[in-house]
Amino acid sequence: MLHAIWLVPAIPLLGAVILIIGCGRLPSLLVSIIGVGSVALSAIIASFISIGFITTPPPGNAFTIILWHWMAIGSFSPAIGFYLDPLSLIMMLVVTIIGFFILLYSSEFMAGDEGYSRFFAYMNLFVAAMLVLVLARDLLFLYAGWEGVGLCSYLLIGFWYQDPANGLAARKAFIVTRIGDTGLMIGLFLLFTHLGTLEIQPLMLRATQSWPAGSTMPTLAAVLILIGAIGKSAQIPLQTWLPDAMAGPTPVSALIHAATMVTAGVYLIARTHMLFALAPAVQMAVAVIGAATLLVAAFAALNQHDIKRILAYSTISQIGYMFLALGVGAWSAAIFHFMVHAFFKALLFLAAGAITMRLHHEHDIFRMGGLARRLPVAFWSFFIGAASLAALPLITAGFYSKEMILSATWAEGGRIPVLWAAGVITAFLTSLYIFRAVFIVFFGDLKTPVSGHYGPRITLPLIALSLLALIGGFVETPEGLGGITLFSKFLASVFGEAPVVSGSAANLRLLAASLVSLAGAGLAYALYMRSSPRFTAWAATPAVLGWRRFLFTGWGFDRLYNALAVRPFLAIVRVNRNDAVDYVYQIIALTCRMAHQFLHQSQTGRIRWYAGWLAAGSLVTIAISVLQ
Amino acid sequence: MLTVPLLQPLLLAVLLFALGLTGVLVRRNFVFILMSIEIMLNAAGLAFIVAATRWGQADGQVMFAFILVLAASEVAVGLALILRIRHRLTTLDADAADLLRG
Amino acid sequence: MNDAFYVASGIAVLSTALAITRANGVHALLYLVISLLAVALVFYTLGAAFAAALEVIVYAGAIIVLMVFLVMMLNLGGAAAARETQWMKPRVWIGPAILGIVLEAEIVSILARGDAGVPSLAVILPRDVGIAMFGPYLLCVELASMLLLAALAGAYRLAYLERAEG
Repeated sequence: MLHAIWLVPAIPLLGAVILIIGCGRLPSLLVSIIGVGSVALSAIIASFISIGFITTPPPGNAFTIILWHWMAIGSFSPAIGFYLDPLSLIMMLVVTIIGFFILLYSSEFMAGDEGYSRFFAYMNLFVAAMLVLVLARDLLFLYAGWEGVGLCSYLLIGFWYQDPANGLAARKAFIVTRIGDTGLMIGLFLLFTHLGTLEIQPLMLRATQSWPAGSTMPTLAAVLILIGAIGKSAQIPLQTWLPDAMAGPTPVSALIHAATMVTAGVYLIARTHMLFALAPAVQMAVAVIGAATLLVAAFAALNQHDIKRILAYSTISQIGYMFLALGVGAWSAAIFHFMVHAFFKALLFLAAGAITMRLHHEHDIFRMGGLARRLPVAFWSFFIGAASLAALPLITAGFYSKEMILSATWAEGGRIPVLWAAGVITAFLTSLYIFRAVFIVFFGDLKTPVSGHYGPRITLPLIALSLLALIGGFVETPEGLGGITLFSKFLASVFGEAPVVSGSAANLRLLAASLVSLAGAGLAYALYMRSSPRFTAWAATPAVLGWRRFLFTGWGFDRLYNALAVRPFLAIVRVNRNDAVDYVYQIIALTCRMAHQFLHQSQTGRIRWYAGWLAAGSLVTIAISVLQ
Repeated sequence: MLTVPLLQPLLLAVLLFALGLTGVLVRRNFVFILMSIEIMLNAAGLAFIVAATRWGQADGQVMFAFILVLAASEVAVGLALILRIRHRLTTLDADAADLLRG
Repeated sequence: MNDAFYVASGIAVLSTALAITRANGVHALLYLVISLLAVALVFYTLGAAFAAALEVIVYAGAIIVLMVFLVMMLNLGGAAAARETQWMKPRVWIGPAILGIVLEAEIVSILARGDAGVPSLAVILPRDVGIAMFGPYLLCVELASMLLLAALAGAYRLAYLERAEG
């Protein structure tokens, strides 16, 4: 059964190829059958493989299959091969299953769009590339998937390419992530030149054997990989592309945020965690970046009024949690949060899409309102997603994954738990901003008329994801709440045993964190449901308004980068419009032209003249031999 | 049979060659240029004959025969070209055929 | 024999000099024929009887006759001769004459350095020439035949167009 692993990425790829060859001339029913069916098939195969893997684990708890070798140059022979271990298994399952729900949803959401077939071609390619990324045995093959994901994100963000703004957003996403990709590529070169292989498992082993912890080489390699990861995962300072990536269709956002793309960085760091363990400073940097991103994105999310941008900032913030977990060495906590986040973030995006499609693609939350009764399915699914995101205690999956991260952060944080504090503050802010959205969108007066209706292809994914967002967390619970450790036990063969945090202090912190998220929701209720005039007046004072505007632009990162990078570059371009290098070549051309001016006079066209010079030349030649 | 040193017939060949060269450079009429070229070719042939005599080998005379072939071909094509130039430019002035000037 | 060589050489140089200075085309050609015949005699004195015969038949005969035909066909009469005289001012002789004299001087200086040797006593018969030509030089003969064919075709083509355009 495990040998069929190659089918998992191959089937969506085949679907994409068929749709691309179809050139948009296939009937839309066939397109949706191919587009959704291929990922569905892939998900089914992935599920069977997972069952087989769990019931009868292969030796060493990892399975490798090599299809063929890409090329062979000396000792360098990267393979087209797949590597399945608990980590890639979880990634594969999340990608295929969430991907399937999103595609099922989009088959109705995108109906009637003129690029219907193109959309599914890109989406299938996206899923295939992501599966290659998570299943690759070789870092080079992983990089191929990595670039494929980048390409597909570009294509899908700019899906409605007729609007120049969408093209701009697509290019921005591509260029910003490319900065990270370049770092990753240099990192791969470095690893290969020093360790002689790119196959991930031997590479990690060799790194641990030949590099002492904290030395320069692993630090450098880890920094380069980290640059790649923060580019893809939209962490500070390369996070600016993600809010703009909302230009694409909503299912694309769901796919990018939940199942593919942004989690690639998390996966990469988890995959190469041995390298990061050798570079404690870089690992600390991962944690700090995560913590900073958490706070920055959460504050920015508080001030958005586009429903998709709120979710975009929340993704940046939640990936920050994963980075925080990675940074403190809580690898399985990061992957757990990745999984749970995939559930509720896909749910939130799909619910948001379901709302906007009934409101003539209105994205501004202040022009929505009172939708709870009109759109019950969307309301309940969005509410469940929001609850999970806000980590409302006990009943939501987000609670368990966030607790796991926070307790690990506390354990790592030493006496001054700054990182833990950042996590807790963000938990409060998360709860506040998402319930702000919930109360504004679903309660109050109806502001925009609702039209149309849903089919089962919209509601089914919402219901399924709602269930997952609620119960998906029970595979791992804190010591104080049953102490189930299915998830971390499963990943133990990859990451080692996770330390068990227990004791009354742990339970106390658990209670505090729960109260914090409840407090956030309560504050949101107080501020936005009961809209007190004092708060409204305070929010409108000039100082606060200035801050809000600053946060609205995402802490002015775009402006900063414009000033630091884009404008100086454009200035240089303007100065160098006539290309200084060209002058060198112009001098060459000028010399040639002057030589021509001089020599063309000898071209009289008269045969006797030529014969005369011929004779003179011969005479000189003979004279040279005579005089010698 | 000749008994003078072979320097003298070689000098004759050089003299004829120089005269032919001078003719090519001086004359502007295509017919005279062609004639001067014939003189130069003939001088070269003479040098080969001298060489044949010097070594008592037939190779020099074979070369002379080839020069003869060359001269015949050259004259045939050259005369046809002269006819064409005359037709096109209505003159035999070599300096008038300077369309290829720079 | 030596006297014959000197006389023939003198005639050759003189008639060649006259040939390149004549204004009238037919006169020049006649001097050229004399020059060629004199060179044929030089060949004979050098023991190359076969070459001398070829010189008379092919050069003085075929080639020069061809050129005479051409001169007659182009009708280079009195006006053309007058123009030739006008073209041959003393001034135009200076450059070419210097070139010719320098060439002469250079080659003479080269020849004077070495010993050109004396004629070998071996007589080269036409038979030897034929054996050499169709032995080691067979390939060259074939090439020469191709050259002649190309010249024939080329001359025909150029002349044909001439008639067509005319």
